[in-house]
Order: sequence, then C-alpha cells, then structure tokens
Amino acid sequence: MHEMSIAQSILDIILQESGNHKVSRVLSVALKVGELSAVETESLRFCFELLTKGTPAEGAQLDIERVQVTCRCQDCGSNFTVQELVFSCPSCQGVRVEMLSGRELSVESFEAE
Amino acid sequence: MTLKVPVVRNILEANERLAEDNRRIFRQAGLLVINLMSGPGAGKTSLLERTIEALQDEIRIGVIEGDIQSSYDAERISQKGVQVVQLNTGGACHLDGNMIKSSLEALDLDTLDLLVVENVGNLVCPAEFNVGEDMKAMILSVPEGDDKPLKYPLMFQESRVLLINKIDLLPYVNCDVGKIRERALQLNANLEIFEISCRTGEGLHGWADWLRQQVSARKAGGDDAET
Repeated sequence: MHEMSIAQSILDIILQESGNHKVSRVLSVALKVGELSAVETESLRFCFELLTKGTPAEGAQLDIERVQVTCRCQDCGSNFTVQELVFSCPSCQGVRVEMLSGRELSVESFEAE
Repeated sequence: MTLKVPVVRNILEANERLAEDNRRIFRQAGLLVINLMSGPGAGKTSLLERTIEALQDEIRIGVIEGDIQSSYDAERISQKGVQVVQLNTGGACHLDGNMIKSSLEALDLDTLDLLVVENVGNLVCPAEFNVGEDMKAMILSVPEGDDKPLKYPLMFQESRVLLINKIDLLPYVNCDVGKIRERALQLNANLEIFEISCRTGEGLHGWADWLRQQVSARKAGGDDAET
C-alpha cells in the first residue's frame, strides 16, 4: 500500500541525478530490494509507471534485484542465510544475530541517454 | 549514447532525514518516544487508555493519533486529560517523519516524559517508516491468529515490544499464544512480550512497570533507553 510513496521517492532521486548528468531520457533503473522489505514489487512497478508519465523517466523499466536475508551470529561468528524466517544460527543455535542484508531499499544505478 | 549512472541511494533517505530531525528534537526534550503499531482493531487506543490510567499520576504522557480519517481516537484519548494531537493521513497507510514533524508544534514537548505515536492500523507499511522514535511497540490480538508473525515478519523484527492483547478471548478463538511467542522470538530474540487484556486489565501491571523503567532510563541516562 505504500508502494506509491516509494515509487515517488525513486522518481525524485532519478530526476535529481539525471539533472546532474544532463540526460534526456531514462531507460531503466536498477533497484535493490531486501527480502524483508515490505515492498510488493508488482505494485511498485505499476505505481512507478503511473508516476513517470510525462517525465524523462516515462517508460523506464525497473530492474529489481531481491536480496536474501543474511545474518552473522554474534556467538560463533558464522554467517548464514535466513531460511523460512528463522533468525537463529544453524551452527550453534545462537539467537544473538546481526542482520547483514535483507532490509535493502535502494536505487543502485540507472541507464539513460 | 546510453549512459549508466551509478547512484546507490537509500530510497527512504528523505524520510530518514526527517525522522533524524525529529529524534534530535525528542532527545533535546528528554522524553521517550514510542511508535505503536498494529493491525486495525487490535487495541492500540484501548492500550493507550489503560496505560494512561495506570501511569498518569507519575508520568506525563502525550499522544499523536494517526488515522486515515476521523478524530474519534483523539477524542477518546483527550477524555483522559492528556495532550493529544490528531493526524489524518487522508488515505495514506502509515505515518512518516514529515507528518510527525508537522504535528509537533501542537504539543508542548518540554512538559512530557513519554510520547506515544499511535500509527495507522496496518501490519505492513508502518514498519518501514521511522518517525524518530526510540522504539517500536506492536500489538497482536489473539483473534487475528497465531500465524501473523509468519505473514508480517518485518513488524515483529522491527519491534522492541510485542503486546499480545485480548487474551480474555482465548477460550473462544483458534489461537495458540505459545506459537505466537515461538514464531515472534524466531524473528526477533530480543522481543519483550506481554500477554494482556485491555478489557479485564490482566497483564497490564507488567507492561506498566516495564514502561515506567524505560521512561526512567531515558530521563536518567539520556541515551540509555534502547533504540
């Protein structure tokens, strides 16, 4: 439901950056979206398409890379990928874990002409 | 010619900046700020009413009420005699840093010990937007079911406290509190959990004691209260 405000923030960033680089048309935008982010990617594409009408980013594709949830165990130091939302260490069963990835929500780059 | 422009910017950076501004204002005023979240009807306003009744004589409480529309909740809270401001999001599914910032003028922060931001009823979106709070607290009521930690992991992950409300209804609903605990702790081992009923008052002492300690920690140490 908040994909519209996220799409607007993406567009704001793109328009600002494309002004800095003097480009006339944005072709695609690369995003990183963590698996734990509460973002529905199809809804985000739809909102982005609506918002970009009449802007230099009209028609631009969103290339979305989903990022797995990974953690580091603070007890035994091992890194692991979180399976089925269980945030405990598979090696030592420790629960003091630091999240390394999975909450990303970023614009990585865009292609323009 | 096609050009690839590297960016690497957090999409929510504008909100993060505003939340940070708010946090600075809250720190200066020395109060504890809690972002209270849940699905619609889980009991956010009822919890606030009970909490105000329990702590009003010792802690000065203020409330920001977030709703899509209506001022019904703010009227309920203002009957308890505390400072309250109503925010209507006009359709938006969550509160953000900017909305909170704009509501601060209506509150006298220097006369408060605790500010609770009652977010829009929604188990998804509010978890993604910081408003400058010290901690997030969430309510899950037992009629919603014990599968919710599996379906809405982010909110459980982001919260410092989980209040399992309406436990007086357990004989009538298909919900296993043990499963809620187990699933929520798998997502977030540091989660503080209270089983409560805002209707009967059961379990509310434990919550009020814990909250009192958090407010004291903030007043004593400034940055000691958990973030």
